[in-house]
Amino acid sequence: MSAAPTTSPVPPVERPAGRDGKASRRRPAGRPGAGTLAAFIAPGLVLFLLFVLAPIIFAAYVGFFRWNGLGGPPTDFIGFENFANLIKDSVFLGDLWRVGLIIAMSLVIQLPLAFGLAMLLHQRFPGRTIFRLLFFVPYVLAEAVTGVLFRLIFSERRGFADSLLASLGVESDIGWLSDRSLVLFVVFGILTWKFFGFYMILYLAGRQNIPEELYEAAAIDGATNRQMFSRITLPLMGPTLRITIFLSIIGAVQLFDLVFVLTGGGPFHASETMAITMYEQGFQRNQIGYASALSIAMFLISFVFALFYQRYVLKRDLQGGLTGGGSNGGDR
Amino acid sequence: MPVVNSKRGNLLRNTGFYIAAFITTAFVATPILFALLGGFKDNAQLRENALGLPNPWNVENYTDTLASDVFWRQAFNSALIALATTFIVVAASAMVAFAFARYAFRGREVLFTLFATGLMFPFAVAVLPLFIILRTMGLLDSPLGVILPQAAFGLPLTIIILRSFFRAIPGEIEEAAVIDGAGPWRFFLTILLPMARPALATVSVLALVGSWNNYLLPLVVLNDASLWTLPLGVDQFSGQYASDTAKVLAFVMMAMLPALLFYGFAERHLISGLTSGGTKG
Repeated sequence: MSAAPTTSPVPPVERPAGRDGKASRRRPAGRPGAGTLAAFIAPGLVLFLLFVLAPIIFAAYVGFFRWNGLGGPPTDFIGFENFANLIKDSVFLGDLWRVGLIIAMSLVIQLPLAFGLAMLLHQRFPGRTIFRLLFFVPYVLAEAVTGVLFRLIFSERRGFADSLLASLGVESDIGWLSDRSLVLFVVFGILTWKFFGFYMILYLAGRQNIPEELYEAAAIDGATNRQMFSRITLPLMGPTLRITIFLSIIGAVQLFDLVFVLTGGGPFHASETMAITMYEQGFQRNQIGYASALSIAMFLISFVFALFYQRYVLKRDLQGGLTGGGSNGGDR
Repeated sequence: MPVVNSKRGNLLRNTGFYIAAFITTAFVATPILFALLGGFKDNAQLRENALGLPNPWNVENYTDTLASDVFWRQAFNSALIALATTFIVVAASAMVAFAFARYAFRGREVLFTLFATGLMFPFAVAVLPLFIILRTMGLLDSPLGVILPQAAFGLPLTIIILRSFFRAIPGEIEEAAVIDGAGPWRFFLTILLPMARPALATVSVLALVGSWNNYLLPLVVLNDASLWTLPLGVDQFSGQYASDTAKVLAFVMMAMLPALLFYGFAERHLISGLTSGGTKG
């Protein structure tokens, strides 16, 4: 799906650093003093504490107040009331439902599509490099700019999309972005356009890490293509598949830019996401306490999911992440 | 590789490949071509001749965009913010990653885990409290209000990638440097960083693209239109000229162009960064 900074989506497959003690064994004689070490770490740490950690903690605190964000620190403590209201809020519940729907469609349509194309582009055909380059292009574009572009494509009253259908002999005047029952599917189509290339590239990288000797050996043993796919390709692509599923789900949870620019979450919340609800409550209605509670809910959803996923699904992949170990120099 | 013996099998396979590849190409390229060609049409053409080539080709929308202060100012703002973000995140991350990769010290595991958990904080979660913190610090309507948080959110991934790269550099090199009398700073600046150029290029490209495309943070931080970046500008422009679709398409195309050129130029680094982002541990 997406992530706020285009390039951040990476799962927490990190393992605490020095259990293997490698770094310490490499430590040379000239050991830096505590002051030097602190100087190396301080700029990054200050930046991180101030702009990443502090906001999260601050949101957790503000979530327990009724606060419009003005006139000094929050004072009207209301306990869990914001959270209680949240789980009764039909917009928020709708957000959850829509996120679930987008995740389901991504897993059933978008990822398999990317996987299939990766398998195709892995084979040696003239021109495959160009196709690979091309399919990745949408991922490089800003989500907001993509949103504007598709708003024009799906505009009302014979927009480009309608003209395109007309050229195929289908006369239509569809309210692509104004039909409540349709808009989420249009959004999903655009998300697929934007992100399938990213997943395809990850699958290609995963596929390229499978040694060809395995296929040669299997061919000598008389394995069919289908057998090779189900016994070699699929299992060895496991780590990559699990990571892409993770990225897709986390991306869907934080979806904002594209949808906000495209539809603003409308019509009547039909394409609204959690982040859009948060933005509206916090920045447009000044319900800072309530929006903070929503932020914390988003955080808990992604955090609990990430922990759960890491614990039960990614556990076998922790060492190598995407490409199954061995590719990362220092760690083993 | 599946072994296909017969000529007919080969032909079928090739045809299947190219059909799938061309359908996907059409899927990917159509919206971009719509913007590119639409910018060369006028609005009457966009209505009457939505699918064909422009006739006549109308360059006015593009020349207007190229001649407008607004476009260049927004491109400049985007570039300034992206370059500053990249410099800060890469410099700060390289120093932290160096300490993590090459030295054992108490609290290293805790600190590293702290940074790594940062990967699980969706940016949207932080944006509202971040806004209030930036307001308190007087950083609203300042490029720094975008630059510093972007750099901070870029730290976890950059540290993780650089750390694993630094760890792979043999300890002997450092020992030799120490024997020659180099302290940690000199080793870091004059030996390690030059050796790490490929990894630095990769993380820089990731940071540049991430910043260039960012929308949510500039949206809440930058109120003053003269500070806006391209993604904000495109959105605003499309609202301002809502009835002049061709003009908006030219602006959209021009806003996409830097990213496309940059992708063509740094494709290798971008892709290796994205794949290693999920790989390196």
